[in-house]
Amino acid sequence: MSRIAGCFERLKEQGRKALVPYIVVGDPSLEATVPLMHELVANGADIIELGVPFSDPMSEGPVIQLAHERALANGASLRDALDVVRTFRERNNETPVLLMGYANPVEHMGYAAFADAAATAGLDALLTVDIPPEEVAGVNAELHRVGMDNIFLVAPTTPDARIDRIVDQASGFIYYVSLKGVTGAGHLDIDDVTAQLARIRSRSKLPVAVGFGIRDAASARSIAAIADGVVVGSALISAMASSLEAGADQQAAQAAATTLLAEIRKGVDSAAS
Amino acid sequence: MNVDVTNKDYSTVPDAEGRFGIYGGKFVAETLMSALDELEQLYCRLRADEAFQRELDEDLAHYVGRPSPLYEATRWSRQVGGARILLKREDLNHTGAHKVNNTVGQALLAKHMGKKRVIAETGAGQHGVATATIAARLGLECQVFMGEEDVRRQALNVYRMKLLGAEVIPVKSGSRTLKDAMNEAMRDWVTNVDDTFYIIGTVAGPHPYPMLVRDFQCVIGREARAQALQQTGKLPDALVACVGGGSNAIGLFHPFLEDESVAMYGVEAGGHGVSTNQHAAPLTAGTPGVLHGNRTYLMQDANGQIMHTHSVSAGLDYPGVGPEHSWLKDIGRVNYVVANDDEALQAFHTLTRVEGIMPALESSHALAYAEKLAAEMAPEQTIVVNLSGRGDKDIHTVAQIDGIEF
Repeated sequence: MSRIAGCFERLKEQGRKALVPYIVVGDPSLEATVPLMHELVANGADIIELGVPFSDPMSEGPVIQLAHERALANGASLRDALDVVRTFRERNNETPVLLMGYANPVEHMGYAAFADAAATAGLDALLTVDIPPEEVAGVNAELHRVGMDNIFLVAPTTPDARIDRIVDQASGFIYYVSLKGVTGAGHLDIDDVTAQLARIRSRSKLPVAVGFGIRDAASARSIAAIADGVVVGSALISAMASSLEAGADQQAAQAAATTLLAEIRKGVDSAAS
Repeated sequence: MNVDVTNKDYSTVPDAEGRFGIYGGKFVAETLMSALDELEQLYCRLRADEAFQRELDEDLAHYVGRPSPLYEATRWSRQVGGARILLKREDLNHTGAHKVNNTVGQALLAKHMGKKRVIAETGAGQHGVATATIAARLGLECQVFMGEEDVRRQALNVYRMKLLGAEVIPVKSGSRTLKDAMNEAMRDWVTNVDDTFYIIGTVAGPHPYPMLVRDFQCVIGREARAQALQQTGKLPDALVACVGGGSNAIGLFHPFLEDESVAMYGVEAGGHGVSTNQHAAPLTAGTPGVLHGNRTYLMQDANGQIMHTHSVSAGLDYPGVGPEHSWLKDIGRVNYVVANDDEALQAFHTLTRVEGIMPALESSHALAYAEKLAAEMAPEQTIVVNLSGRGDKDIHTVAQIDGIEF
């Protein structure tokens, strides 16, 4: 069983929901990324989602766009992301790690080379925002060869037939995009998400995590009550960035993010389900 | 990736998945996939619909002012001393460039879909102006995304768009040019996909855009082919067009693809020179990758990050290119070459002084290459150059380079 499947199974037995923080590799610095991952685990992360810096992050809102720009200014790349995973694995062999990014860096490295390097590093899954099922055959063949999960997005605009097509290609979990928009948007509609999750679950047995628009303990609690996992990104990155802007050092800035994550963890665990 | 160079049946591309060989496709976030499917279905129905085609032809004739003339630049040809050079005068279209051929078509699609709002990205501002123009005519809300750097260097077009009732949104992310404007337009579309039609200005983006923009621009080549036959009694020996995203070039080239005697030259922006990294010539100096919804040649670094580009012309300042051009390069049907900033500027001045026609800096790249090409050809041979736009919008840029302040 993959680390991701095992993680959701264990949580299910405990009656808990997965908390999935997202950070960008190299933001605020490359050296700080691995220590931050360990801190996120210590403060309640079940799965870590690492953003791979890209020059044109088309699905990101302003907060994560700036994180990508800072990471690129620090020279961070897909290779660095894989190095980060390998270093993280030296001290943590349990927490699943997935890379979330855009097609071109993976395409440029080559699907086979990426799969080999990622498997060696101890990566569990890949999520490429701009590779829908129509375009996924090449990369999926390589990911499956090394036993890696491919995480797909399902959106509010995804019709039933497309959900089936996505589920055919997906493994690990389904990432439901809670709203029409970019990351960090502010118009989460819980009733709509509830209805959509029922639609997805009627067509898939995979766990469903929900992301986009979850920013605090309260919104995390509402989502945890209906989903198998909660993804939170912009809120954590914003906490770090505004702390740095206010003059804090990197350690204090990261503490701001992990403190917020701990609060969100409480929100997730307080959800009745 | 293996390139299939044996398939040269131009009528079979793109295939049902939107691919031109290995290029093209639909590389976008899931939220947009069903909107693209809906657009594709509607377009495939309407392209075969006589009433729609009649509506489009009426607009092209009476609103755009088509057909545009094929003008023989006799004085310039004589000065160059080689082939006869004919200019396809897209600069004489309403709004001053070829861009309007496409916006008129896409706006009709938007109308058929019942969309109340259109968005567009723009570099030089010509596509933004053409979109704002058709939005004004149809009473649609219009927002245009434009890199902050381009807002500065194309101030005249920014004001034109405002006069037309559009809102111009300066994009401050990344390199603050055309590619970033396209990122921001995609972000808007993903947020407002229910009521918004995204009018993409070039033959790039996810399927079906490269196909439908090509189809709308093919009016250039269809007219030029008939005009050349009528005016010179034969097909041209060569076609020359500038290539940024490549919509004016594909519009001219496509109706001639099966005419094997016609050589084709797509002229990319060489900027300060392709050896400098200060250019916008992905077909000449780039490698295949994925950006803005399609696989195509890109300017990218060793880590697959998209590189900043440079061109004196904002409309060519783009690190990618339409996927059909990538395919036409690989199969060897079209030659892709470069003209540098200084060569384009020289051609701008030459055509202005010798023919009394002030070309856009984008089109000036095609003119610069055509001048070299014509000089090597015989006097009985003919070249058709796509004069894709007029140069009024570039007067500030040219004046600044010449050290003149208003």
